[in-house]
Amino acid sequence: MIRLEKRAQPLRFKGVVAASWALAITAVLGCLIFAGLGVDPLTAYAAMGKGVFSSFDAFSEVLVKATPLIFTGLAVATAAVMMLWNIGAEGQLVWGGIGAAGAALFLFPGLPAWLLVPLALAASALGGMAWALIAAVLKARLRVNEILTTLLLNYVAIIYMEHLFYGPWRDPAGFGFPGTAQVPEAAQLLRFASTRISIGFPLALLCAVFLYYLLNKSIWGYQVRVIGKEPRAAHYAGFNVTGKILTVMALSGAFAGIAGMVEVCGIHYRLQTGLAAGYGYDGIIVAWLAGLNPLVVPFTAMLLGALFVGGEQLQSVLGLPSTISLILEGTLLFGLFAGQTLAGYTLTISGRSGEAR
Amino acid sequence: MIEDLTFIAQISIKSSVAVLLATVGGIITERGGVLNLGIEGMMLIGALAGFAAGHFTQSPILAVAAGTAAGGLLSLVHAFFTIALRANQVLSGLALTILGTGLANFFGRPLIGQTGVRIRQLPVPGLSDIPVIGEIFFNQSPYAYAAYLLVPLAWVILFRTRAGLVLRAVGEDARSADAAGVDVAFTRTASVFVGGLFAGLAGTYLSLSYTPGWKETMTGGQGWIAIAMIIFCTWNPLLAFFGALLFGGLTALQFFFQATAMDLVPSYILKMLPYLLTIGVLVLVSASSQHRKSAAPADLGVPFHREQ
Repeated sequence: MIRLEKRAQPLRFKGVVAASWALAITAVLGCLIFAGLGVDPLTAYAAMGKGVFSSFDAFSEVLVKATPLIFTGLAVATAAVMMLWNIGAEGQLVWGGIGAAGAALFLFPGLPAWLLVPLALAASALGGMAWALIAAVLKARLRVNEILTTLLLNYVAIIYMEHLFYGPWRDPAGFGFPGTAQVPEAAQLLRFASTRISIGFPLALLCAVFLYYLLNKSIWGYQVRVIGKEPRAAHYAGFNVTGKILTVMALSGAFAGIAGMVEVCGIHYRLQTGLAAGYGYDGIIVAWLAGLNPLVVPFTAMLLGALFVGGEQLQSVLGLPSTISLILEGTLLFGLFAGQTLAGYTLTISGRSGEAR
Repeated sequence: MIEDLTFIAQISIKSSVAVLLATVGGIITERGGVLNLGIEGMMLIGALAGFAAGHFTQSPILAVAAGTAAGGLLSLVHAFFTIALRANQVLSGLALTILGTGLANFFGRPLIGQTGVRIRQLPVPGLSDIPVIGEIFFNQSPYAYAAYLLVPLAWVILFRTRAGLVLRAVGEDARSADAAGVDVAFTRTASVFVGGLFAGLAGTYLSLSYTPGWKETMTGGQGWIAIAMIIFCTWNPLLAFFGALLFGGLTALQFFFQATAMDLVPSYILKMLPYLLTIGVLVLVSASSQHRKSAAPADLGVPFHREQ
């Protein structure tokens, strides 16, 4: 009989312990998956590691993948600190992409970079914010479950984006290829040296620091944290919960929207199918693996980025579909639950099933 | 005109079967007090396992069994983490969908474009000859007939048997049920497992009958729509018929508009409608239950452990 008992004294670095357990458990489960597929786990991990660390160019791809993940991770974390579930980062990212592409291609195409880039950025933040606010208003006014509304709106956003680039926004010179025309050069984000890392990456880091200070050093952040942790206390203290739902989701949506901008203006240079690649959903894992701490989010985003780059390597070296990284992602989250249990409770294994305490 | 309406009604039922089965399974799980947001993932795994088993064995029975079992097996992951380890139910359900999607996409890659078995429409002798009604209700696949039976059966078990009473007691007040000698952990695990079986079965309907074949995004959010329908039908399996039909009806209208080349409504709006309608339904339910006691099981989402 296995019994769980809450630790009398919480571990000091509970989050780190839980995340480490998550990694260890995922690594072991990964071994089992590889073995089940008839691939030597060590060969597979070596291939993944080589894909990530073999050269500077390879490692730079990790940061490329991490850039949108930091933004979507911050989006999920912002909402989750108040115990709001933003599962709609994917749709908000799409609207950010629509905003950025719309600003760069149609609203202000002729402007110089120093004006166009901030305008596209603002448009993307507004796009994501507006989309998130739909669910936020429904939650604040009518208490409609935000998990389902944010999620269902993802499908709506993606259908609308596809309509745009298959229809009215399609590149007339694109030989029928679904996608908008390339955004003007002035809207394309500056890249570092020969890599695909754009200024979106340092911007993401700045946003992480900004969110950390906002949550921990401002009255707004203090109230948001209290509402998340002790909703009753917040109620008696007279905090404006309805208003906080709106502002928190607006900020959350803005982060996700900017993820769409850094993808459109930093990577694809156009609105096309690859934009809704799942970064919104990955943000859930990034945020919770980081224990909802904005300063840890960049690290967990890089971890997931490494998983994706490694997964691509598995495809090219061992011929395994790169979607294996999605399986490992799922196990990472389950590993985290197990890790949290192990960090928060002590396991006692006793001989007989214990009726007595 | 009558032919058109009959056609739309028939397609409506056809399009609602997967959501209906998944909704009923979800109701059983949530009546036991466990929220499982992994329905989409379990449906995908069910769809893939069913299709794969059909592809390799050519046996429709094995195909349905394999897909249903796969959904059930995946649900046990959620049961273990939420019931034994007391993980957050929302997060664990999301993880289940991510894991299920990953597993299905990974193992399904070689099966894209392959052919498997197909479960076709099977008119019920006699009943299908009834004008209009026969065509609508009894010229369907065996899945629809199974749903006609399973849905009322679920209602009877939930509300008219001792097992159902125990299940609802655990979902309403786990502590009291425990004091009365009910094994809460076992009951909840069973409710999650049954929900998984239903989701798996719903998945096989998609890959074996509705749109035979394997495609990575073939559930298209139907698992999430099912979760919304659970709320819409106030955790009552009989009302699930209506919720699922709303979804099926819109899907059928979409086909009808496309088939008859009516350009009244742009196709992208039609494609959005099922999702928008589901949101609308949620808004309606929330607005009408603002001042009433919620129909949700009181202990839904609340982990149970005896020590604290």
